Amino acid sequence: MTVTEHVSLVPYEDALATYDPVMGLEVHVELGTRTKMFCGCSTELGADPNSQTCPTCLGMPGALPVVNAIGVESAVKIGLALNCEIAEWCRFARKNYFYPDMPKNFQTSQYDEPIAFNGYLDVQLEDGEVFRVEIERAHMEEDTGKSLHVGGATGRIHGASHSLLDYNRAGIPLIEIVTKPIEGAGARAPEVAKAYVAELRELIKALDVSEARMEQGQMRCDVNLSLRPHGREKFGTRSETKNVNSLRSVERAARYEIQRHAAVLDGGGTIIQETRHFHEEDGSTTSGRVKEEAEDYRYFPEPDLVPIAPPREWVEELRGGLPELPRLRRKRLREEWGVSEHDMQSMLNAGAVDLITATIEAGAPADQARKWWMGELARSANETSTDLAALPITPAQVARVAELVTAGELNDKLARQVLEGVLAGEGDPDTVVEKRGLKVVSDEGALGTAVDEAIAANPAIADKIRAGKIAAAGALVGAVMKATRGQADAARVRELILERLGAEG
Amino acid sequence: MTDIKTDIIRLTAAQIAEKIASGELTAVEVTEAHLTRIEAVDEKVHAFLHVDREGALAQARAVDEQRARGEKLGPLAGVPLALKDIFTTEGIPTTVGSKILEGWIPPYDATVTRRLKEAGVVILGKTNMDEFAMGSSTENSAYGHTGNPWDLTRIPGGSGGGSSASLAAYEAPLAIGTDTGGSIRQPASVTGTVGVKPTYGGVSRYGMVAFSSSLDQGGPCARTVLDAALLHEVIGGHDPLDSTSIDAPVPPVVEAARNGTVAGMRVGVVRQFSGEHYQAGVMQRFAESVDLLKELGAEVVELDCPSFDLGLSAYYLIAPSECSSNLARFDAMRYGMRVGDDGTRSAEDVTALTREAGFGDEVKRRIMLGTYALSSGYYDAYYGSAQKVRTLIVRDFEKAFEQVDVIVSPTTPTTAFPIGERADDPMAMYLSDLCTIPTNLAGNAAMSLPCGLAPEDGLPVGLQIIAPAMKDDRLYRVGAAVEAAFVERWGHPLLEEAPSL
Repeated sequence: MTVTEHVSLVPYEDALATYDPVMGLEVHVELGTRTKMFCGCSTELGADPNSQTCPTCLGMPGALPVVNAIGVESAVKIGLALNCEIAEWCRFARKNYFYPDMPKNFQTSQYDEPIAFNGYLDVQLEDGEVFRVEIERAHMEEDTGKSLHVGGATGRIHGASHSLLDYNRAGIPLIEIVTKPIEGAGARAPEVAKAYVAELRELIKALDVSEARMEQGQMRCDVNLSLRPHGREKFGTRSETKNVNSLRSVERAARYEIQRHAAVLDGGGTIIQETRHFHEEDGSTTSGRVKEEAEDYRYFPEPDLVPIAPPREWVEELRGGLPELPRLRRKRLREEWGVSEHDMQSMLNAGAVDLITATIEAGAPADQARKWWMGELARSANETSTDLAALPITPAQVARVAELVTAGELNDKLARQVLEGVLAGEGDPDTVVEKRGLKVVSDEGALGTAVDEAIAANPAIADKIRAGKIAAAGALVGAVMKATRGQADAARVRELILERLGAEG
Repeated sequence: MTDIKTDIIRLTAAQIAEKIASGELTAVEVTEAHLTRIEAVDEKVHAFLHVDREGALAQARAVDEQRARGEKLGPLAGVPLALKDIFTTEGIPTTVGSKILEGWIPPYDATVTRRLKEAGVVILGKTNMDEFAMGSSTENSAYGHTGNPWDLTRIPGGSGGGSSASLAAYEAPLAIGTDTGGSIRQPASVTGTVGVKPTYGGVSRYGMVAFSSSLDQGGPCARTVLDAALLHEVIGGHDPLDSTSIDAPVPPVVEAARNGTVAGMRVGVVRQFSGEHYQAGVMQRFAESVDLLKELGAEVVELDCPSFDLGLSAYYLIAPSECSSNLARFDAMRYGMRVGDDGTRSAEDVTALTREAGFGDEVKRRIMLGTYALSSGYYDAYYGSAQKVRTLIVRDFEKAFEQVDVIVSPTTPTTAFPIGERADDPMAMYLSDLCTIPTNLAGNAAMSLPCGLAPEDGLPVGLQIIAPAMKDDRLYRVGAAVEAAFVERWGHPLLEEAPSL
């Protein structure tokens, strides 16, 4: 469905040799409040179309908005976590434009009086370098409804026979976070963009104000990008690539636009200020509507709402309650767990950090917690295409498995089977051990018999060991493990063999 | 039979409530008397856009049953009321006088509607108005004009001309209006009735279709000061659904209306409320009212409020600006009229065609004015400057109220003008609100009550009383004293001089 444009791209390195990219990132975060920003309707996803609406979020004549206090609190928390100043007094404003999925034909937003402004977010790049992204503002607004265009080939409005409107999303609280122009990132601009959005997502999750799932549209990013020749101060004309909805896409979109802009500029052309759509399939962007002149939203202060003046004591209270910043927390955990930045990144990407932390808190040693979540369980999640957190196993259960391993009651192979049993819904680790009979054979009598039989069956190897060639014991251990179907404690088997043959381990 | 009903419709709301509470009348009898009156005269007056006969009788029966069960009735239980068609009424059409909402049945009650129902007030129907409350004559209604019961060829005021006419025609003892620039007070003035614009935030705007959110204020209309106070108390007070609603008790308006006095009060007369646009007979009756206040023991102080001269200009930037945004929702997508949806046109085209067909000229004029005033590059010069004027007006009022307890003025510069006279001259029409607009811009409270007939045309003149914000009780204290003195002087309420219909 990609609309092909005749675009030539300049090789990335060549583009960067001539030009310096400047980016601006606008991220919309849907807050996880129970109710909408200006009415009491539920924000739950997946309900029947238009079932979560009322006169206010449908823009009925006479209906009025009332501000959701949790929405304001979330905005202040985000502002504080982004090192912003929190306005002592701010207002909502109306952004006026007509669109069928916007019930009032104005969006209640904030204009020149945002609740939070002048902040920054330090983001860590893959090589460990920390890049500071400056924040212009974070403001509160409401989401629009959704249009579903029916009858066309592309799902876009063009060619559709009619459109359906679902206002369930209309009025869901949004925080829009706008960066200042990001300069000086050079060739790393796409990487900075991705790292910024990733860091912001972690931050939002840590603040517990949204699940920030990009794939569900709870976090959406617009990438504004322009190029200027090296040495020039004035910004070039920018393009605005809308709704880039994954971390990888953010990086690709920035990269693509750098190459596209460079091609246009190299060819003596001019960049048109326009909205562009990003295409996941091939990482390209295509032109949306051209902004012939700056759109005039006729902003004015929202007369239906009173100004918001967050009391200073309350702001300080919220500041005191902020969680550890994700980047600093990662640094601390890396040190505590003794892992590399790369391993830490893998755990983060797998969504395992919180689960591992919880498993350690439940009593497991760090290395085991990491091993099981990133090994057996990650594999299982991968195979079933689910998130780690969605697997039917709790950190406490994983910790119990680790405990059994430490106590020598399970070996790794058995532990994997126990995890498998828990995931299959067979019950707690102890129940699975019981039902499947997975205990390490620790009955000295039974084990002794198995050892004696192995010695008897392999007289040549036994002689070598007696003669002091202890390394040969491995073969006998293997035989005993095979005979006990892996349920023996290999270390104990080795001890018994050496003991019986009079050799010293 | 007819005589009894004639008597019922001439009772005040307070008298009706008392007779229902004592068992002398039933709410159903009272409601039927008014419905009969509406049937008899509304063809001529055209105060109502919709009469809810069944609903009204059901409400009345409920009150009678309540009484039969021995339950305590509220102070206005069983009293009929005419509701301006700008308040949403669940299950009953609400048009705001516009074609664009023709046939719309709201799924919810406005807070004012809900409070009236809870108080046992019987809602007879919805009254005519200038489309979206934009006008001073009710000629801008998409459903035809309303006649002034004093002279059916003249305007009943606007935008709430239906409400004021219903009172003057004895179709209802109570009515509700809304006042953005004078739409309660000016109609009260030209029909010889009483109308109050409460302090902004005193009556909930939830479910009141917005014209200009920062100016709109619902309020009571009646034939006496006490009736207005009783109604004010029922509809007033904090509403969590309206963020601009004031979280404080309703000022003691009923107590004030029952204890009218001006003795020892300082009353201000503002120099700016006079001049070339004022009819001689209006100024004469106003001067007599000031003399009366002195006789009653008030001290009269002359005031200078220079910023009031800028009020009209500021108003005609702020109100259109807000309306251009408030009326954007009428896009044919979710409710109301839809034009051109034949399967070939885009949503944008259908919206444009619907708005072209659904809005009247005055509404379009104000949407365009407001759209322009808010445009980038013009905002500071227009909307921004108008807001500064607003601040100046607030300061002028503050200074004035350091010297006086209330301010008085004519409510509107002229008596009721003939239908059609100003219809094509918006500027002349806008002058009707010269004295009422400053109060809307400042957000304080004001009342209009009859102060006599202009000698040259024999039509009612209104006296405006203005009080500081949240001092609405002063309007009633002064209003009740003035009303009592005039009724004593005239020997009867002014309205009794109106011709019979």
